[in-house]
Amino acid sequence: MRDQKLWTVHILAGAGVAFLLGLHMIIMHLDRYLGIFNPAGGKPIEWGNVAARSGSAWFTAGYILLLGAALFHGLYGLRNILFELSPPAGLKKAINVLFWLGGLGLFALGTWAAVAGCLTARAL
Amino acid sequence: MPSENHYPNRLGIRGWLFGGNFGFERYLYALHRLTGLGILAYFLLHIVVTSSRALGPEAWRSAMGMVEGPLFKVGEYLVFAAFAFHGLNGIRLILLELGIAVGRPIEPVYPYRTSVHVQRPLAVVVMLLAAAVAVLGGFNLFG
Amino acid sequence: MSEVIFHVRRYQPGKDARPYYQEFRVPLTPGLTVLDGLWHIKETQDPSLAWRFSCRMGICGSCGMLINGRARLACNTQITELGTSRVCIAPLPNFDIIRDLVPDLQPMFRTHKEMKPFIIRGDGLTESSEGEFIQTSEELEHYLQFSYCIKCGCCMAACPTVASDREYAGPMPLAQAHRYNRDSRDMGFAERKQVLGGGRGPWRCHFAGECSRVCPKGVDPARAIQLMKRELFLDVLHLRGKSCAAPCAGKPTDAKRREGIPEAPKPTVG
Repeated sequence: MRDQKLWTVHILAGAGVAFLLGLHMIIMHLDRYLGIFNPAGGKPIEWGNVAARSGSAWFTAGYILLLGAALFHGLYGLRNILFELSPPAGLKKAINVLFWLGGLGLFALGTWAAVAGCLTARAL
Repeated sequence: MPSENHYPNRLGIRGWLFGGNFGFERYLYALHRLTGLGILAYFLLHIVVTSSRALGPEAWRSAMGMVEGPLFKVGEYLVFAAFAFHGLNGIRLILLELGIAVGRPIEPVYPYRTSVHVQRPLAVVVMLLAAAVAVLGGFNLFG
Repeated sequence: MSEVIFHVRRYQPGKDARPYYQEFRVPLTPGLTVLDGLWHIKETQDPSLAWRFSCRMGICGSCGMLINGRARLACNTQITELGTSRVCIAPLPNFDIIRDLVPDLQPMFRTHKEMKPFIIRGDGLTESSEGEFIQTSEELEHYLQFSYCIKCGCCMAACPTVASDREYAGPMPLAQAHRYNRDSRDMGFAERKQVLGGGRGPWRCHFAGECSRVCPKGVDPARAIQLMKRELFLDVLHLRGKSCAAPCAGKPTDAKRREGIPEAPKPTVG
């Protein structure tokens, strides 16, 4: 039953990632053609553009959502690959614990960066 | 190791690729895994590197300075192309796994028309789209 | 092409340390199947060659083997269809080898049994045999394709996940679980979910499509597995519609036997 729920979240997270990361990729890597959400002009990684996006509450919420969904989707996918190699039960447990802890740690770091980035951009 | 009266014959990880005559979807399956692993590796580093924006413009520029250069540029493009494939193929997989693109069960009459045939046009369209996005991204980055 | 070269993988437990290939030459006759070729070898060259077979017409599912890199039924495969004069034959991969071309299918059958491949009713009607369950032809179509499975194991041999994952149930048992889940006479979804919802379930299928490609009966296990995933997905979200199991038509009470028609013989079992 646990796997049924995890896989369902994996699918939902995958759909979310396809949309949000798609948007992220369009902004960052198809800027010459579409050039959206880069108000300062130049490269999308120029501080002016980064600050404009980071300072937006919508973008901050989007980053946190994308972070959570992508971490879950990616780590569950890796767990799938590792579990399909038939590791012993103890190793499976260790992978589960490691992935939960690592995933939550990275989620905390990314969330802090998104929120603090928003505040920093607004303060400047 | 063989037991007293059995010889183990599971293909193991070789079977992910070499389990029989290859079909188009089996290549997509292997490539989906490979690109997923690549994107995940990049993504975990990406979280750490881009967190520097929280510390202001100087920290951001210094972090971006660390990932400059032609090698990183090629790597960045590979991740973009991998995402184009993984994302679009992922949408195909979602449509399949939710039973939307596999067709209804039918009476099997030879020559059999299976779900693999039903979804083949979708697979082809998705691959063409992924290739187009990857090419566009290439022009955007290197053009 | 007047003769065919058979490369047959041999293994005899207790004698051979590991399997090896042996070459045989078989004269090509019209309509020669791989099974015919194996018989020719056994009768004229090496009587110790072992493989499993029974019906010789693609019904029993005994003679599944890896023929030129693809899992097929030996009885169903014409040599001319292979388009080469060299035929490489090995036992189905992903199953232990008992001897030569004989795979150990027991683990697959055990998993199949775990899926409870039979009609489950909570109302005791299957035991009472008071009459027939009513089923429309549309309801039949939901599972008919999957009920043609002959349990030959070709899908299991072609599946990339079964190749490495010892826990995964595999295409055949999962397709059969779905066959019963979608049977309008069945009420066993919740019971089967105990197995399907865990690590053995359909999550490890990533639609490489090989099982459906090699299935000699057109059962399309990949389709069954994806349709099963949808059911399990909707189940988590509480969106799976609850349908009542097919009612029992009951025996007619006012029917009279026509004259001259004898009584049915007494059951010999049960």
